[in-house]
Amino acid sequence: MTRSLAPIGLLAYISGSCLLAILYPQSVLAFLLFEASLLLLYYIPAHAKVKSALAALVLVLLMPLLGAINGYYLEVAIQIGIYAALALGLNIVVGFVGLLNLGFVAFYAIGAYLWAIFGSPQANEFIAGGGFPLAPYWFFIFLLLSIGVGALTGVVLGLPVLRLRGDYLAVVTLGFAEVVRALVNNLDKPINLTNGPRGISPIVKPPLFFRPVLEFFGLQVTDAKLYPLYFYFLVLLVVFVIILVTRRLESSRIGRAWKAIREDEIAAAAMGVSVVRMKLLGFAVGASFASAVGVLFAAKQVFIAMVILGGMGSIPGAILGATGVTILNLQLLKGLSLWLNGLRQSGAVLSLPLLGSYSLSQLPVQFEPAKYERMVFGLILILMMIFRPQGVLPPRREQRK
Amino acid sequence: MALLELRGVSKRFGGLQALARVNVDLEDGMIASLIGPNGAGKTTLFNTLTGLYRPDEGEIRFQNRSLIGLKPDQITGAGISRTFQNIRLFSHMTVLDNVLVGMHSRLNTKLWQILLSTQGYQEREKEARKRALELIELAGLSGRENEWAHQLSYGEQRRLEIARALAAAPKLLLLDEPSAGMNTSEAQSLMTLFKELIGRYVQAILLIEHNMRVVMGISDRVHVLDYGEKIAEGHPDEVRQDPRVIEAYLGQGAWTEHAKG
Repeated sequence: MTRSLAPIGLLAYISGSCLLAILYPQSVLAFLLFEASLLLLYYIPAHAKVKSALAALVLVLLMPLLGAINGYYLEVAIQIGIYAALALGLNIVVGFVGLLNLGFVAFYAIGAYLWAIFGSPQANEFIAGGGFPLAPYWFFIFLLLSIGVGALTGVVLGLPVLRLRGDYLAVVTLGFAEVVRALVNNLDKPINLTNGPRGISPIVKPPLFFRPVLEFFGLQVTDAKLYPLYFYFLVLLVVFVIILVTRRLESSRIGRAWKAIREDEIAAAAMGVSVVRMKLLGFAVGASFASAVGVLFAAKQVFIAMVILGGMGSIPGAILGATGVTILNLQLLKGLSLWLNGLRQSGAVLSLPLLGSYSLSQLPVQFEPAKYERMVFGLILILMMIFRPQGVLPPRREQRK
Repeated sequence: MALLELRGVSKRFGGLQALARVNVDLEDGMIASLIGPNGAGKTTLFNTLTGLYRPDEGEIRFQNRSLIGLKPDQITGAGISRTFQNIRLFSHMTVLDNVLVGMHSRLNTKLWQILLSTQGYQEREKEARKRALELIELAGLSGRENEWAHQLSYGEQRRLEIARALAAAPKLLLLDEPSAGMNTSEAQSLMTLFKELIGRYVQAILLIEHNMRVVMGISDRVHVLDYGEKIAEGHPDEVRQDPRVIEAYLGQGAWTEHAKG
């Protein structure tokens, strides 16, 4: 009974919240309600096929539609997708293999610089001939290439730290991230590889190969409108592939070996698991995800928090964590800041009993919540560790028949 | 020809001689026990056999192939698998997944086969599951396969460890105190299980055991260790009468008391 009713209810919820978001394009709340439909989708009892159909409806149809109305929503969705992909990569290393790798951002940076250098005139600095930037279609080749480069750097960085565990591993990998950051910042001499702290621009965007198709249907869309949608679908595709790969690995002998290593390394070895090879493979797979996402974008890196928030070793958990962090970052804190600013400008006077009156226009600028991003994250992480250390969505036991 | 041969195996930890020139032979189809007081070196012998420790001297041959220098997973691949004295299950994995990890070395699927989810890979995975369920049934855990390993009772965890060790399709099974913490009837059913295993699932079993009822009831041969040295070997009845063994267990003078009494 509930099995057949729940999807219908959810469909009503999705259309309702979507309508709300269309009617109030500036409302953060309406958009949050809409995004929550994916979380509800995870919880409702329904057939897997029904669930995927509803998820496709939300992600492939409604989300771009909302994005066309308010481009900012698409920006948020892209950001969530990037963080989710990174969190999923980190989830392999930390959640499955149980290796606390704090240097994971390094792989992301490597991927990002891989395309930034060759997809811009930067490569002309050290490769003669002036053949750069590469043509847009090379983007896709580099996307594939980054998987290999990421895996290779994962193995290279993994090899020396294989004997380390826990805190020691965390410290050394954190060092790796610093090394990569320092290299990127300083490799503008003697040969200018990265252009140092000045950064690289402009970087070539992926080709709009489907433009003729759109024109055939008589659609005239400007590049500025088209690129966000294009990136959205690219990110969606990458996240989809990563989820598929993760799920297949998880239920295979490789995934089982990873978890066995996490649980008890000695027992895993006694059961025939080659601990060294499996750890390296974990490093390589996680790094290749991050590196591929790095090619897609070079954005801010605050994603360690996500795997802890969502639940270690859980795919929905990693995605939820990523969503939470992005929304908090881009929407809630900004919204609060705007609200406070509004209050300040209105010049309203707050009269408190005993304390006298206080003009809100005197409210110091330092109160802006957006400035407390890191502190808010820190607080959330501490509270999570105390009250729900297993994460919001811990891994579930698989029900097999 | 012996399945397993240990020749003069020694292991020293600092000032402690954990194993001193130990010789053990194990024939096909045999259940052998390793007994001795606490700290006699029994578990050290297991750890040396399975590659966790490298012996200081001596030779270990399994099916005429030297095991010295092999890593634990290679030794499992060669056909020796074990259980642990202090249970070492993968607690946050299901009962089924625990047994499936045991099959790791027998499932030689490649990364690309898994990523593409090929027909052959799916079939092998299905077969592995079927076999794992058989082993779970053998261990008397039918219907529990989707529970977390840490949810099982102590005795069930011990039996799950045996099922997991069997999943590696070993020729030789090493059991470290399998009946510890079990009552008489549980120990009895465990003995029946071991006898069933020989010939059908494994070629030989070597067990460390403190429960003398189990040792005497099941062993074809008993090896006695004391302070790292092998002090006696033989049929259970011979070993039981051996003055050196009684001395090791009960202290000097005990045998004379025993003889009088």
